[in-house]
Amino acid sequence: MSSTIDAAEDAAVESQAIVPTRKRKALGKVFWISVIWIGIVFLLAIVASWIGLEDPNNGDFALINAGPSWSHPFGTDDLGRDILSRVIYGARVSLIVGFGAMAIGMALGGTLGMVAAYRRGAVDTLVSAASYVMLAFPALVAVIAIVAFWGHEIWKITIIVGIASTPLVYRVIRAATLSYATRDFVTAAKAQGATDTRILTRELLPNVLPTVISYFLIGVATVIILEGALAFLGLSVPAPTASWGNMINESRTYLSDNPWLALFPSLAMFLFLIALNLVGDTLRQSFDVQESKL
Amino acid sequence: MSPDTSTTDFPAAEDLSGPLLRVKDLRTTFSTPRGDLTAVDGVSLELGRGETLGIVGESGSGKTVLSRSIMGLLPRSKTTQSGSILFEGTEIVGAPDSKLRDIWGAKIAMVFQDPMTSLNPVVRIERQITESLRLHTDMDKAEAKATAISLLGQVGIPSPAERVRAYPFQLSGGMRQRVTIAIALACSPRLLLADEPTTGLDVTVQAQILDLLSSLQAERHMAVILVTHDLGVVATRTDRIAVMYAGHIVEMASTRRLFASMAMPYTQALLKSTPRISDPSHTRLTAIDGRPPDLINPPVGCAFAPRCEYATEQCRIEAPPLRTAPEDPTHLFACWNPLQTGHAGTVTTAKGES
Repeated sequence: MSSTIDAAEDAAVESQAIVPTRKRKALGKVFWISVIWIGIVFLLAIVASWIGLEDPNNGDFALINAGPSWSHPFGTDDLGRDILSRVIYGARVSLIVGFGAMAIGMALGGTLGMVAAYRRGAVDTLVSAASYVMLAFPALVAVIAIVAFWGHEIWKITIIVGIASTPLVYRVIRAATLSYATRDFVTAAKAQGATDTRILTRELLPNVLPTVISYFLIGVATVIILEGALAFLGLSVPAPTASWGNMINESRTYLSDNPWLALFPSLAMFLFLIALNLVGDTLRQSFDVQESKL
Repeated sequence: MSPDTSTTDFPAAEDLSGPLLRVKDLRTTFSTPRGDLTAVDGVSLELGRGETLGIVGESGSGKTVLSRSIMGLLPRSKTTQSGSILFEGTEIVGAPDSKLRDIWGAKIAMVFQDPMTSLNPVVRIERQITESLRLHTDMDKAEAKATAISLLGQVGIPSPAERVRAYPFQLSGGMRQRVTIAIALACSPRLLLADEPTTGLDVTVQAQILDLLSSLQAERHMAVILVTHDLGVVATRTDRIAVMYAGHIVEMASTRRLFASMAMPYTQALLKSTPRISDPSHTRLTAIDGRPPDLINPPVGCAFAPRCEYATEQCRIEAPPLRTAPEDPTHLFACWNPLQTGHAGTVTTAKGES
């Protein structure tokens, strides 16, 4: 033990909590309602086969384009299929494509973004140039072309959309990493003998993670819209598999006879996307650490 | 209770007699859009074990670049280095990161200027201290944590067992700098580079941190290079002082000798611009007129000549070589018109600096 501690400084530290406090600004009701809603959608999509829903793909031909009733709360479609059941099964497609594609986008774009921002130099120039080239090409057109050529199984769509989202993710994560990569703590970690991989995963990643999480959710919402657009053009999962976009597409012809057919999948998509955006945005704001407050 | 570093592999025939660090004609150049900038220009110095060297100079004099060069921490791209830096027989200049990683943290450690940016804001201080322990020793998690707590105690942080779980923002500036010192000391390095360790701190805390460094250094027989712009900081805490200007060492002597008979007008100007507590209040601070020279197009002759009150025609034409003072061979200075003595010493190194 050495040195005398200045009493004032000691007192100042003592008055701060010794145990790390978690006094964070409340996230608010809207945030939690959104989280619960996302949870419900997830849960329903997972347990869809076991909760006694009607078969989403085989309808009752005696009861087509019927409005909501006790036996069919959301009504039936033009083939007599239960809309509630199809909306819930359709969530599976949106969730798999949305989260799967963003996971691919984050894995590729996020890794590249962090490495480029940390290494700079030729790696950064090269990857950034590639991302500009990809961004200069309209993503939807490219995706449509590739899906039309390669096929529209759900995993193919997920991969294609995932790769299409990579340049955007790359730019966001690169920018987020860049603001930390030049800080002294990175040099300090290097001066302690940490390897580049270690600096990326243990020093930079924890700082970039908030951006990753909030951007992930907002990205999922964008991807679900993209899947909807593909489905509307008949380029998403093949019939009869239900997806929200497919259902909206099929409802076009019957809009005047059966508005329910368009309403429920649209509503499901709208509410889910708004929940994702609200959660992502709230997280982004609450993670937005202001240096002055530290 | 310092961690046992004897387990880390040392070269079998370690030469304990020679200097710990020998820098020879080091030149560090950055390529900038405007041209090449030579931030360290032909610096040579030696540092013995347990010795404290102060490097003093204005902003832009090359002192930070020198300390980062010694550690080999400058970015590879856009930096070119020549000369030699031998640390315990290991050449630092041009060594790959993979080789330097065995030295970084384990044998040379660094304390940075601003503890707010040199600590990772979202990582508990426990992991920031144990990082180098886990990298350089084969301690397990529990041992490393115990060492971290003991280190925090040694740098004077009260209730270290609880503090170790804190995040940097929960500590005051002085406490944070104590943490960065604990991090630097974790593996008992032979050489500690402290780059303006107190500049970001409150005046009342500055002295504490410096005293802490001195006492830890004495306990551990560790060499320290203290980089600062403040001659007052190094006056009582160093064995030797090197004064830097425009990338050159312009004067180097034992601390006692330097303050007793400084030869360089620049050293004198630096000393004059240090505020003194004995001055009456509202005394205007003396600043050195003019600006440091442009290092991309360095001036012919002495770099300090345009700002020097003693400058003569010779100073503007020919750069003064580093030479020894006649009375004291360890006192080096680069000046045509040294203070007091007024006559030239013997020329030791005749490197025609451009």
